[in-house]
Amino acid sequence: MSERVLFRGARVYDPGDGLSERALDVLVADGVVAAVGLDVQADDVRVIGATGCIVAPGFIDLHAHLREPGFEQKGTIATETLAALEGGFTTICAMPNTEPAPDSGPVVEALLKRIARDAHVRVLPIGCVTRGRAGKSLAELSELAAAGCVAFSDDGNAVADGRLMRHALELAGALGLPISEHSDDPVLDANGSMNEGRVSERLGLPGQPAAAEVAAIARDIALCETTGGRLHVAHISTARGVELVAEAKARGLAVTCEVTPSHLYLTEDAVAGPGGVPVYDTNARVNPPLRTETDRRALLAGLEAGVIDAIATDHAPHAVEDKLCEFDDAAPGISVLDTALGTLGLLIERGELRMETAFRALTAGPARAFGLEKRLPGIGTLDRGVAGDLVLLDPSARWVVDATRMKSKGKNTPLAGQELVGEVRAVMIGGSLVFERGQVHA
Amino acid sequence: MLDSVEMSSADLSLQGWQKKDLLDTDVLTRDEIMLIMQNADVMAGVRSRRERKVATLRGRTIVTLFYEQSTRTRASFEVAGKALGADVVNITASGSSVGKGESLVDTVRTLEAIGADALVLRHHRSGAACLAARHTAAGVINGGDGTHAHPTQALLDLFTMRRRFGDIAGRKIVIVGDVLHSRVARSNLWSLVALGAQVVLCGPATLLPRTIGGGDFEEGRCEVTTDFDAAIQGADVVMALRMQKERQERGLIPSLREYINGYQVTTRRLERAAPDALVMHPGPMNEGVEIAPDVAHGLRSVIEEQVANGVAVRMAILYLLVAGRYS
Amino acid sequence: MTETLHLGPDEIGRMIRRLAHEIVENNRGAEGLVLAGMLARGYPLAARLEAEIARFESMDVPTGSLDIGLYRDDVTRRSTPISLRPSQMPDIDGATVVLVDDVLFTGRSVRAALDALLDFGRPARVRLAVLIDRGHRELPIRPDFVGKNIPTALVQSVDVRLLETDGEDGVYVSGEEAAHA
Repeated sequence: MSERVLFRGARVYDPGDGLSERALDVLVADGVVAAVGLDVQADDVRVIGATGCIVAPGFIDLHAHLREPGFEQKGTIATETLAALEGGFTTICAMPNTEPAPDSGPVVEALLKRIARDAHVRVLPIGCVTRGRAGKSLAELSELAAAGCVAFSDDGNAVADGRLMRHALELAGALGLPISEHSDDPVLDANGSMNEGRVSERLGLPGQPAAAEVAAIARDIALCETTGGRLHVAHISTARGVELVAEAKARGLAVTCEVTPSHLYLTEDAVAGPGGVPVYDTNARVNPPLRTETDRRALLAGLEAGVIDAIATDHAPHAVEDKLCEFDDAAPGISVLDTALGTLGLLIERGELRMETAFRALTAGPARAFGLEKRLPGIGTLDRGVAGDLVLLDPSARWVVDATRMKSKGKNTPLAGQELVGEVRAVMIGGSLVFERGQVHA
Repeated sequence: MLDSVEMSSADLSLQGWQKKDLLDTDVLTRDEIMLIMQNADVMAGVRSRRERKVATLRGRTIVTLFYEQSTRTRASFEVAGKALGADVVNITASGSSVGKGESLVDTVRTLEAIGADALVLRHHRSGAACLAARHTAAGVINGGDGTHAHPTQALLDLFTMRRRFGDIAGRKIVIVGDVLHSRVARSNLWSLVALGAQVVLCGPATLLPRTIGGGDFEEGRCEVTTDFDAAIQGADVVMALRMQKERQERGLIPSLREYINGYQVTTRRLERAAPDALVMHPGPMNEGVEIAPDVAHGLRSVIEEQVANGVAVRMAILYLLVAGRYS
Repeated sequence: MTETLHLGPDEIGRMIRRLAHEIVENNRGAEGLVLAGMLARGYPLAARLEAEIARFESMDVPTGSLDIGLYRDDVTRRSTPISLRPSQMPDIDGATVVLVDDVLFTGRSVRAALDALLDFGRPARVRLAVLIDRGHRELPIRPDFVGKNIPTALVQSVDVRLLETDGEDGVYVSGEEAAHA
């Protein structure tokens, strides 16, 4: 299964060294990264010309909804991991809002069997914080950890009960695992379907105030400090939230956070559309909602400053009927895996995001946030001898999003028709070349 | 008189009417609003004759699709459609496959297949009319969607004001009540400002928009205030909005009593308004809450006139949307 | 495209004076007459007839304007709606109503005008007065009072301009082969 592959003439991104100025060669052999340097020579290898391209560690997504089991009409492990693979992600963490939800060891074990059978990339399960994600009583976190969960989350819902959240942080902290929290005050957000502000007032849609997220993050940070647990703020979306996380980090708390490409690129305006008759674009309905331009700028700055550790997709595929309806009735979520890299490429081209920042937040950043290197040594790096998970991408390839051609079963993207920049050319996992796209320059 | 009629309608007819749908007043040009006003004048003429009906839209089908309870809007559209000679089919959510879970898009496509030339949609969700319009070739008229828009109400309000005042430029119009959740207030704001009126949005702080207002318009065109007694000073129109009791249950106002003390339109408060000020209300009224009964039925009230004008304005809109659909 | 001035202001004035006399003579006086001018150019003609009749009969004939937009047989066969103007009609019950228009051509406008008129009441009889009859009827309609017959080809157009609506009085014929009087 393992191959000998030499990428010839690519710039190389490695979290330790950054993005190389010069074109280098990368040799993968016997399942591991064997050599990175100038004029690497090797016999009996397949040479892939990579001029103009970049080799980077395979991307890690801390936040994806695969929908299986229970919601296979929206997506399956097979379809969504294929989308991940072609998007350059070699490791993804699966959120537990499935049916059944992985709130016990046997459910996780059954899930891992499906993953072993169907997944195209490495899939690491995230277990529930509470039984059935109902927010009433804690799931058996140690059993979930033993079964292989890398974090705990009730994502889609916050753990609204502060006392439960406190104990979850205590128990998970003892296991060395983070709680990936959908920080939101459900009373304050009052079932709002978009950001509360200029656009929600114009469209007459119920808004979620930024304060619902900010207050929840403040609570979660306070509980993190109280318990000494590990808090990971999922899909942070507010400028003030970023400030709170920055402050917590400065005080040495075990707080990390992630941001989605959607929140880095889009604002609440995407709901209304370009002007004239408002679109009420259900594909731009997401939780937390797309915020203001001020928030977007703060998220980009927070990412640059390292306050935000990871870019996570919050990939949330939905069936057509989940979105072809009134805005308030539409299921929240965006199908992101196919478009994540191209969206970030667009931000890089606009000068809003540095390429190295993006790569760090797709590799070493998430690996550290969830402590994945304990499980998969060297993950997110190109260190010699590390499992050969890497991606070859063309950073200047331009392509237009055609939802019908996305690999994800979920065609729910607000980016349809949008030109994006940057495309994956090849992916290796564990030293095997598992994906190649189009003509790679010789 | 002839000259003025001739000149203005000649100017406007050059523009024609190109829109498939009527979704809100903010996407209408000033000329389009004036065209609706002029056609509504013609329709009001039809309604005042002995024979109050024409056969203009004979053979056309208009469907009213109502997902919310409504008396006046639904009846007004039905009378308007029939007065133009169209067949009018009324569908309510409770008596149709809508109740069996059929999606709005499927329902709209089905009605188009049945032969609907225009759909009048009333829906509890904001944006429903925009969604429907994208999925049918039939003309869609927004008969009120959630807390978003109610353009035909705004246009009949405008028509009512113009019948009394002529040009409304410079007139002070105070809209008082639950502005934040009012589709009537929103749609009125866009069309009134487009025609040069000065609009004051007034209500308790929890029921006022935080972002709509001043910044969207030229200086002085729209003001937002919690002080009704100051706002009503010199007002030409006082438009009271329906106060839903649910707002109290949700804690947006401490009590109806407090609301009434601050914001009920009363005879006493009206003394501060202009001498010929009009009192309007989109209905249905909570008499004794947002409006005192003696005001609702008093000399300044044009509330019943609004209802009558609603038929003429909706005839004008149906005419524009349905008569020009031949291709 | 050639355009020929066919009739000037003096000729139009003479035609209106003659039409006014014919209408009154036919009605045996001005009593019971109502003039209904079809918008746009029939109405100013009706108003001129009214003034003329007032001059020699010393009597004001009730005169109204009639818009036929809602009654045209092509109203739902167009890609943009026909513009509408308000009709202003006096009481016509039991009256002799004279419909007034500038050019009689296919007869379709007059058909629409009859429908429009009858929605205002039940006249005793309806007559038709036109400034120009250019022929080519498509419906069984015949004028009672004609200012002038101008035989035309179908491809030609006849254009009546009036001071009130166009700033000048004149009848123009245009088209490939302008017919000669």
